[in-house]
Amino acid sequence: MSELRDRVVQATVRALERAETSLPDWVLKEIQEASDRESNALARQHLQFMLDNVRIAGQSRLPLCQDTGLPIFHVRMGRDLRLDGSIYEAIAEGVRIATKKIPLRPNAVHPLTRKNSGDNTGPGMPDIILDYVDGRGLSITAFPKGAGSENMSLVGMLNPADDPFDFIVRMVAERAANACPPLFLGIGLGGSFDLAARLAKRALLNMPGTSQEETQLLKRINSLGIGPMGLGGDTTALGVKIETALCHTASLPVAINFQCWASRSATEMVL
Amino acid sequence: MTTYRLETPLSCEDVEKLVAGDVVFLSGPLFTARDKAHALMRRAGCPVSLEGAALYHCGPIIQDNRVLSAGPTTSGRMARYTEEILKNGVRAIIGKGGLPGEPFRNKAVYLAYPGGCGAAAARQLVVLAVHLPELGMAESLWAFEARNFGPMIVAVDAHGKDLYQEVRRSAGTRI
Repeated sequence: MSELRDRVVQATVRALERAETSLPDWVLKEIQEASDRESNALARQHLQFMLDNVRIAGQSRLPLCQDTGLPIFHVRMGRDLRLDGSIYEAIAEGVRIATKKIPLRPNAVHPLTRKNSGDNTGPGMPDIILDYVDGRGLSITAFPKGAGSENMSLVGMLNPADDPFDFIVRMVAERAANACPPLFLGIGLGGSFDLAARLAKRALLNMPGTSQEETQLLKRINSLGIGPMGLGGDTTALGVKIETALCHTASLPVAINFQCWASRSATEMVL
Repeated sequence: MTTYRLETPLSCEDVEKLVAGDVVFLSGPLFTARDKAHALMRRAGCPVSLEGAALYHCGPIIQDNRVLSAGPTTSGRMARYTEEILKNGVRAIIGKGGLPGEPFRNKAVYLAYPGGCGAAAARQLVVLAVHLPELGMAESLWAFEARNFGPMIVAVDAHGKDLYQEVRRSAGTRI
């Protein structure tokens, strides 16, 4: 038991180290391609500075952004796997070690007293999205989420007669500048109030989308001209992913989870 | 679009010549302040002189007095304090996402540092001192020595031009 627990702890530390100091190759490729297409000189300069920043973070093995986020994880766990003890506790231990080692900024505070727990863990943190899969495998994806983009996220309980895409474009036009564009937009369409929000978070993990709706929405958002950091340009969003669920015949929940250009995530296979 | 290399403390002339869209690199002392430092300064006053200062909305990662990562935080959360901060003599507020432009008129500029670029920013900053350390690492008022800190875009100038507002207004017509 203790050997497997230790492997979970170490995998959590490794996943956080990679997630905080580098970006997935596909994200870097999206930024570079956007820079090649971008017609606004200032916007191109911003995109290149972002890529330079990721290179510096990788060379110095330091967090690419000082907002190292809240510790959010996506765990895929085999149904036949027997894990003595709590996987939550093992991942929390990994977060505490990573906070000192990388180091991470202690971001987790009580919502009312605003007292900082000091190690990014405590009631409700880390937040773990757990999926059971066939077999005996175990993988841990670190998905640290910064506040700049998370603060702009929202759930709208629309009238079924409303157009959800108009709502999304309007919200992005109002809020994008504060969320460190170019953005990745996780959209939860349908479900209930909270299911829509969970779908939107999952959409960020399944980025980018390639359906006709997703491609069209991305095109509409990029026609707004908001650009990198909200200072103008062709590149407002790099990816849109929509996850859907059935909803009540009287409801149309739409959740938008904003993600900044630095879409950080890293997966470690434990078993 | 002109590129300027300026030294802090900033003079009125430094600020007056800047036009929205210009690029600025700053050298010299720089102070950080975010949510808690602003709230505390409203109650208890500022522990340092802000005459001609550049105030950076930033919650850095510092280890053994070394700046490890120090990009900008969202300025909008501090919008309620802009007027009193500028009354203290601040001539440049640095952050991301912007602030309402009116309080800056004839007084100061808002400079946008590229968001998310904490590792790059850390290479341009050295710790001079820490004030209000009881607020914790991210919320303390850090005094940094800036070394060619930038590129920053003049997003709100002292003549009433606000790039964010122009972009938002134009986006509103394209929805």
